Amino acid sequence: MKISAFWVCVVLIFLAGLGLTHAAVNPYYFNALYVILQATIMAVAWNILGGFTGYVNFGSAAFFAVGAYTAIALDKALGLPLPFLIMAAALVCGLIGLGVGYLTLRLKGVYFAIATLAMAIVIETFVNNWSYVGGARGVYILTPEKHLWFDHYIEMLFVVMLGLALAAVAISRKLNSSRLGRGLAAIRDDELAAECAGVPTLRLKLVSTTVMGAMMGVAGAPYPFFVTFVDPISAFNLFVAVNAIAMPMIGGTAHWIGPVIGALLVGSLQEIITVTISSELNVLLVGIMLVLFITLAPQGIVGLAQKLRRRFFR
Amino acid sequence: MFSFDLLANGLVAGILLGGFYAAVAIGLAIAFGQLDIVNIAHPAFVIVGSYIAWILNSRLGLDPVLIGVMVAPVFFFVGAAIYRVYYAAFERTGQESLSGLAFFFGVMFIIEVLLILVYGVDYRLVNAGYIGETIEIGVVGIPLRMLVPFLVAAALTAGIYLYLSRTFMGRAILAVAQDRLALQLMGADPVRVKQFAFGLAIATTAVAGALLIIIGPVEPSVGRQYIGRVFAIVVLGGMGSIPGMFIAAMILGIAESLVASFMGPSWAPAVAFGLLLLTLAVRPSGLFGRQ
Amino acid sequence: MSQMVLRVEGITKRFGGFVALDSVALTLAAGERLGLIGPNGSGKTTLINCISGALVNDEGTIEFEGRDVTRMPPHRRARLGVARTFQIPKPFRSMSVLENLRVPLEYAAWSRAEHRRITDEAMEMLELMGLKHCAGASSGSLTQVDMRKLELARALAAKPRLLVSDEAMAGLSSSEVDEILETLFALNRRGVAVIMIEHVMRAVMKFSERVAVLVAGRKIADGNPQAIVADPNVIKAYLGE
Repeated sequence: MKISAFWVCVVLIFLAGLGLTHAAVNPYYFNALYVILQATIMAVAWNILGGFTGYVNFGSAAFFAVGAYTAIALDKALGLPLPFLIMAAALVCGLIGLGVGYLTLRLKGVYFAIATLAMAIVIETFVNNWSYVGGARGVYILTPEKHLWFDHYIEMLFVVMLGLALAAVAISRKLNSSRLGRGLAAIRDDELAAECAGVPTLRLKLVSTTVMGAMMGVAGAPYPFFVTFVDPISAFNLFVAVNAIAMPMIGGTAHWIGPVIGALLVGSLQEIITVTISSELNVLLVGIMLVLFITLAPQGIVGLAQKLRRRFFR
Repeated sequence: MFSFDLLANGLVAGILLGGFYAAVAIGLAIAFGQLDIVNIAHPAFVIVGSYIAWILNSRLGLDPVLIGVMVAPVFFFVGAAIYRVYYAAFERTGQESLSGLAFFFGVMFIIEVLLILVYGVDYRLVNAGYIGETIEIGVVGIPLRMLVPFLVAAALTAGIYLYLSRTFMGRAILAVAQDRLALQLMGADPVRVKQFAFGLAIATTAVAGALLIIIGPVEPSVGRQYIGRVFAIVVLGGMGSIPGMFIAAMILGIAESLVASFMGPSWAPAVAFGLLLLTLAVRPSGLFGRQ
Repeated sequence: MSQMVLRVEGITKRFGGFVALDSVALTLAAGERLGLIGPNGSGKTTLINCISGALVNDEGTIEFEGRDVTRMPPHRRARLGVARTFQIPKPFRSMSVLENLRVPLEYAAWSRAEHRRITDEAMEMLELMGLKHCAGASSGSLTQVDMRKLELARALAAKPRLLVSDEAMAGLSSSEVDEILETLFALNRRGVAVIMIEHVMRAVMKFSERVAVLVAGRKIADGNPQAIVADPNVIKAYLGE
């Protein structure tokens, strides 16, 4: 894809999103699209450390939740508008990503994965005990009063999320084909060989975790305004973490478009199932899809497409 | 508020709890400690064991520990089968790190959700003669529902330790992690040894699950609390060391118990994970680990 | 003094109770060709790991071009000009052969590469190695000898001034050995000092200006190749295995 073609698509998609808010559409669709866009950002973010660099992070829910709670805390304390909350969430979660990375990235990938899980639970425990943001009881958030020129606040949230998702995808794409991205791929393929080829592996891994953390925090920041009630159980939901892993793995981890495909596909499927059957089934579905894809098609949908292309265009 | 009573009871409860934790962790000590298989779904299997104990206990009135022992062989075969899949999909192609982890993550999820779909989120418990009884020694109360699991866990740990160090298959399991070639020269097939070992690891979850539901009520998401605990125990104890694992389990049990007594139970989950993070940061090879 | 590209002194490395290297000392002049031989398990690869930084030695110092690199991480040593190959080739499997070379060009040789011409430089190096025909091929699907060449090509792409080749010829046929040997000579002609670890004695004798012998973690001989080969201690060390 030529660079200009990508950016043309981005602008078109954004304009289409804006257009959608003017059409007389059932607000439910914006809800569904919000959820899918949120999943896209999480999937893209996870893939930066997981797919590009090869380090599995089980603690995605923590970054997401900290983003949400940062927004809650600052909204309560200072009443800052949404853009500032988002930036603050990015900053806080980026720093946490950096910190966790510094503590654990010197270990083998396996220990890193376990450590991320540990970190997630430790952070959840702290938030559970922090009464300022409601602790275990949770907290109610008022929907934002200002929604610019939109009829409904959900339309504003949708557009914000759309913008953030497009930005995340653009960043991920830039990373994929940059010198930095090639360094990350070398780390993923063979960390020792990469190190001996001059790649500063620790530094690049830290960049990866920081960017991932910041992105996930950004995905979480508008969440309180979307659900209006937040408690640790829902914010630190394991489902968020599983989706963050399953979507990139199903879509394909090596390419920047993999998590996008995975998120759109799986996310849409989940919305349909929630509406038609039940939401518990969703969770089962993701688990089964994850296991099936990992065992049978480890390169994801992108990998399958590449294989098909090679077979047809010999 | 500090009191000697509280401390004494906290310590005793911690020891008993620690022993039980060893029963839960021993399967992972084999799978992860010996075979380097990151079975993050291990606690989910324990929960399945708990549910089976509940079902058979409420239908047939059998003692939970007995159920655990009886069901263990079934779990063994399930474990062996899962290892087959894991080996074919990941170990043979060298993909253990990323995909293997995600595989077990998916399995864990499927197990938990299936339990919710079939049995709902209500707490389940078992009935046995000794649940509810307490032995009083001085200021210390020893609940039987904790003592029995402790004793069973100790027996299980000792049994497996002896098995690993005395029998041919046991020593093959210890060897397979360190020297595949030597194992092959001894005439043992590394894949089959690993399969046996993983089956054994899952078999222990049947017993551990029965012990868990004796100690307290169980519902599907309880397993998640144990992920941190079991990994913390295996890592702290040192990969590949059963005695180390037992000691680490004790340390964790006592630490959790004291924290719960003096700071409140809502802080308990952080103890295991905090300990894990600390170990990883300071001494990743654990207390008794191999290099 | 400043002509010494490598000066290693008193290197000791222990694994638990096992002493892998015992006070090993070694020097290498710029552009020199050194053969490093010794029985299996004598510590040759451990020494290489210490020199490249993959392992940290417990005692001793390592100086590269007059600079103390003992505590430097591998990537910094690579940037200074230390390159090594691996006994079992470790290609970046998700990348093509050409892309494999981009990594060291963009990282280790970053200060010495001409950034706009990275792809061209990579192709030149592949041509030098005789790998141009598989530039676009997946690096995981190469033949054994091509994989060894890729290892060397990657080391070359780092634009080093010291290259350590770890048993690049193991298990190859006679003509393949000659191919690798010619590659190493070509590298050396560009001014790269080479340490060649090998068991293929014919190659060692042909290539080396000097030979050092490592036995059980200790250096027992260091000097003229003909003299080394005739040394009774060396013969005993090899035959005694």
